[in-house]
Amino acid sequence: MIPAAFEYARASSVEEASKLLNKYGEDAKVLAGGHSLIPLMRLRLAQPTALVDINGIKELDHIKEDGNKLRIGALTRHVTIQSSSVVKGKLPLLAEVAGEVGDNQVRNMGTMGGVIAHADAAGDYPTLALMLDADIVTNQRTIPAHDFFKDLFTTALGPDEIVTEVVFPVANGPHKYVKFRRRLFDWAIVGVAAQKMNGGWRIGLTNVGVTPVRANAVEEALKKGAKPEEAAEHASDGLDPAGDLRASPEYKKHLARVLTKRAIQQAQGT
Amino acid sequence: MKHKVATTVNGRRYEHEVEARLLLVHHLRDNLGLTGTHIGCDTSQCGACTILVDGNAVKSCTLFAVQAEGRSLTTIEGMAKDGELHPIQQAFWDEHGLQCGYCTPGFIMAASYLLSQNPNPTEDEIRKGLEGNLCRCTGYVNIVKAVQTAARTMGGAQVPAGKKAAMTTGGE
Repeated sequence: MIPAAFEYARASSVEEASKLLNKYGEDAKVLAGGHSLIPLMRLRLAQPTALVDINGIKELDHIKEDGNKLRIGALTRHVTIQSSSVVKGKLPLLAEVAGEVGDNQVRNMGTMGGVIAHADAAGDYPTLALMLDADIVTNQRTIPAHDFFKDLFTTALGPDEIVTEVVFPVANGPHKYVKFRRRLFDWAIVGVAAQKMNGGWRIGLTNVGVTPVRANAVEEALKKGAKPEEAAEHASDGLDPAGDLRASPEYKKHLARVLTKRAIQQAQGT
Repeated sequence: MKHKVATTVNGRRYEHEVEARLLLVHHLRDNLGLTGTHIGCDTSQCGACTILVDGNAVKSCTLFAVQAEGRSLTTIEGMAKDGELHPIQQAFWDEHGLQCGYCTPGFIMAASYLLSQNPNPTEDEIRKGLEGNLCRCTGYVNIVKAVQTAARTMGGAQVPAGKKAAMTTGGE
């Protein structure tokens, strides 16, 4: 399947990329790893008029410790995050999640910024960004994750705005990401992340709504001393997931509860 | 508008003018005549089109040819040297790591990347490392065996003499 024709330009700096996006207008897209965008273009579900290739902007490919923060450049590939000793030491949950995205070939191309900006409901990093109160840094401003994900494939980004960095807090306590899927490389049918942090639990849910979900009721129950299996019963509180080919809404809510229990229990074992 | 794309593929330099929307796999097959890289699913799932770009395994159906500008690519045609099969190809032959063979080029390239990262993988690591490749004949048992054999032969042991074979001949 051949994508529709588009204009193509390589940017060598974020400024240049932003100018190119301005020039091509709002139907232009940024090309980073391309592993969500290109499949959509082949199916012609996406027909951008222009692609601005940011793969040559080397300063966007970085992992930096910054006090109690971990700064991940937008162009950092999953394989780099997965194998980074800095990430493994400062936020091992992120390294674990990176290793569960797609397969080797996908992880060699896909990027942090691409996943965040694409905002697929089944994306894994958005869940971590939301539950850990990460900041999304763009060429124009810093956006807290809870203000960033607006709807299905919809973020707070403006047409010429480019994600440059995602800033996570350092958290190296008990953690686990349980990603339920039929095949190893699939997207999550439902995913649950658990992270012990500052004495409490953070619980995030993937693919149970149009945006990632923070399981506040579960966190509250754990704070009040509930056992994991009791607290996990609240994982589906307020959820209204869409059914799809793989799972009905009821099944997704069931998975949210079961996987939340497993994530907390397995995290306690880490 | 056409864009220049200059690549080194299997050690040979190529330069073409291509449309931006041309997928890398179509460039390899149609412009360069390297049809060993197969198109299996067209949805970035099956891994039949796996090649190495600067040593990293990628699905060539999920890159545009223009993204390969200045890169060094290895396809299945670049594996055998001087008429002698690469140890991974030899191992797929010896262990019969294939049935219909359609997915085999992708598996061999994915295995090549896996062994470059982890020369002595466990069975679990092999299965996880090949998760991006599908074999619809379900020949995974022999594929895993082939990668184990390749790991052994590439780990210093010599490829047995008399196993030389031209790539294009059949297995029987």
